[in-house]
Amino acid sequence: MKNRPQTKPPTPGIAKCPTGIRGLDEITEGGLPQGRPTLICGAAGCGKTLLAVEFIVRGAREFNEPGVFMAFEETGKELSDNVASLGFDLPALIRHKKVAVDYVRVERSEIEETGEFDLEGLFIRLGNAIDTIGAKRVVLDSLEALFAGLPNEAIVRAELRRLFGWLKEKGVTAIITGEQGEKTLTRHGLEEYVSDCVIFLDHRVNNQVATRRLRIVKYRGSAHGTNEYPALIDEQGLNVLPISSLGLHYPVSTAYVSTGIPRLDAMLARKGYFKGSSILVSGTAGSGKSSVAAAFANGVCQRGGRCLYWSSEESPEQIVRNMASIGFDLGRYVRKGLLRFHSIRPTMYGLESHLVTLHKMVSEYRPEAVVMDPITNLSAIGGDGEIKAMLTRVIDFLKTRGVTTIFTSLTSGASVPEQSEVGVSSLMDTWLLLTMVQSASERNRVLYLLKSRGMAHSNQMREFVLTDQGVDLVDVYIGPGAVYTGAARLSQEAHDKAEILAQQQAANLRRRELDQERRNLQAQVAALQTRLANLAAEERVAATLEKQRAEAARRSAAQLAGARKAD
Amino acid sequence: MSNTKTQQSGTKRWQLRLYVAGQTPKSITALTNLKKLCETHLAGCYEIEVIDLLKNPKLAAGDQILAIPTLVRKLPTPIKKIIGDLSNETRVLVGLDVRPV
Repeated sequence: MKNRPQTKPPTPGIAKCPTGIRGLDEITEGGLPQGRPTLICGAAGCGKTLLAVEFIVRGAREFNEPGVFMAFEETGKELSDNVASLGFDLPALIRHKKVAVDYVRVERSEIEETGEFDLEGLFIRLGNAIDTIGAKRVVLDSLEALFAGLPNEAIVRAELRRLFGWLKEKGVTAIITGEQGEKTLTRHGLEEYVSDCVIFLDHRVNNQVATRRLRIVKYRGSAHGTNEYPALIDEQGLNVLPISSLGLHYPVSTAYVSTGIPRLDAMLARKGYFKGSSILVSGTAGSGKSSVAAAFANGVCQRGGRCLYWSSEESPEQIVRNMASIGFDLGRYVRKGLLRFHSIRPTMYGLESHLVTLHKMVSEYRPEAVVMDPITNLSAIGGDGEIKAMLTRVIDFLKTRGVTTIFTSLTSGASVPEQSEVGVSSLMDTWLLLTMVQSASERNRVLYLLKSRGMAHSNQMREFVLTDQGVDLVDVYIGPGAVYTGAARLSQEAHDKAEILAQQQAANLRRRELDQERRNLQAQVAALQTRLANLAAEERVAATLEKQRAEAARRSAAQLAGARKAD
Repeated sequence: MSNTKTQQSGTKRWQLRLYVAGQTPKSITALTNLKKLCETHLAGCYEIEVIDLLKNPKLAAGDQILAIPTLVRKLPTPIKKIIGDLSNETRVLVGLDVRPV
């Protein structure tokens, strides 16, 4: 099996027997105690038998350790049929002498007790099976059938004690399963015989949604994870997820990932989101959260990256169709294998199972980005605290892998927009808020950045416009005392344009008037100057005439005097 | 129980199989008790087969043997199982469906 987490080397002191079950070897730090019995307990249907079968099958297939499965409840055929769906081919393993299944039927009504007895027959059968295939692993599922089937409980108890001692002597790693009792771990107190390792499986129902959990009650001589870990049974068997054990130690990146919306990139230090960061897009219904997420997914795929789209609201086909209307051809990327949808109703299974599924998909598909749209739907299956715990694990997990994630969150109309519904905003690195602004009998989308850790980001509000060519951001009209969007913005802009035009026209008119006046004055000045010039000319003429007249007078006086011969 | 008289009359064979594991005190006691009981109640119409699982461990699965010693009534049918050293005669007879004489 590929992608199997590497088993850690056993801690000194106690040898471990790897189960091969995903996650279980991590929380037990290597596996079950080797050569000792382990008790698996839990209520009916919690997966005890499955865990036991998987231990045997994986032991035979992956660790080359043959195993004996002693079944008290199911026949060999029933067992094979039940696990065939998980890809476990028991009959083949039995043929190859890797696994031996022995069905032990104990029927109380057929048995009459007539004196002292022991369970040597069981020992012989088990011993024979172990020796025949050289088994290293043994499962007894479930020994409690002995209590029901055999009349003398005191003898059964004594024999069980002997059995466990005998198993240890044989050096086989054993799993014993037991039904959960009312106040004890197992109905007949098997835990008093098996003291090395006890694992408790739980399958509880909350809000009509069932969740599996696994907990190591004790593990003598070894460190182990102590939490309840989510577990999931899928088509490959049991999955245990040690996700909650993660600390805050993930590599951080200074690389950026485009948001898929050029102007939004510009608002985020001109580059986009940090790679591997978590982004929350919150907003009221219809404010365009999914579109922001789709734009991002589209951008990632455009650059050839892989994206996982977890949707709890729409089917893949519906998302592809809807996003095509705003110019994102997501179907193309689905066909190319760059985009994978996982559409599921949250109520399908419990929070933990969603976590496990996501974990598994990310591990297998290795996306560069994940979209979770919307996380608020999870509130159908868990309280805020649980969702927050789950999302913390999702974020921790995705950050460790350097996956950039967009979460969308629906804000109900009544609540404060700066408050995300499930209280996860503090977990997020970048928070985009989308609101609807209502004015002039229409609603328009406004986007702004509430926070973006570690980068200089814009404080501007932008109108968020969905066009058939994609998503665009437009400057909102910030007028005196008001922000206008949509038609109001357009009309305000038109109004402004008209005003400017009018002012321009008025100025032009004034200029022309002044011009005219100047020209008038200039004309008057010219006329006066002409008159002045004329006047001077006239003066000169007059002076000349005066001179001529004086000359003439002098001459005539002289002529007169000459004529009179006076003097 | 009305026809037990005819069953004991010898028209029916009693085929009994005793599973033991080695010569343990319990096994020896069981065999002794069984022989005594058969001679008393089923004289002449019974056969006893003793199977030592230490020698033939594979035979344990066939009759679903867990406890030792186990007495299996193969015939007459249905198969009956009696576990223990057969020291409680009354219960053995009840288990074998034999009415004491």
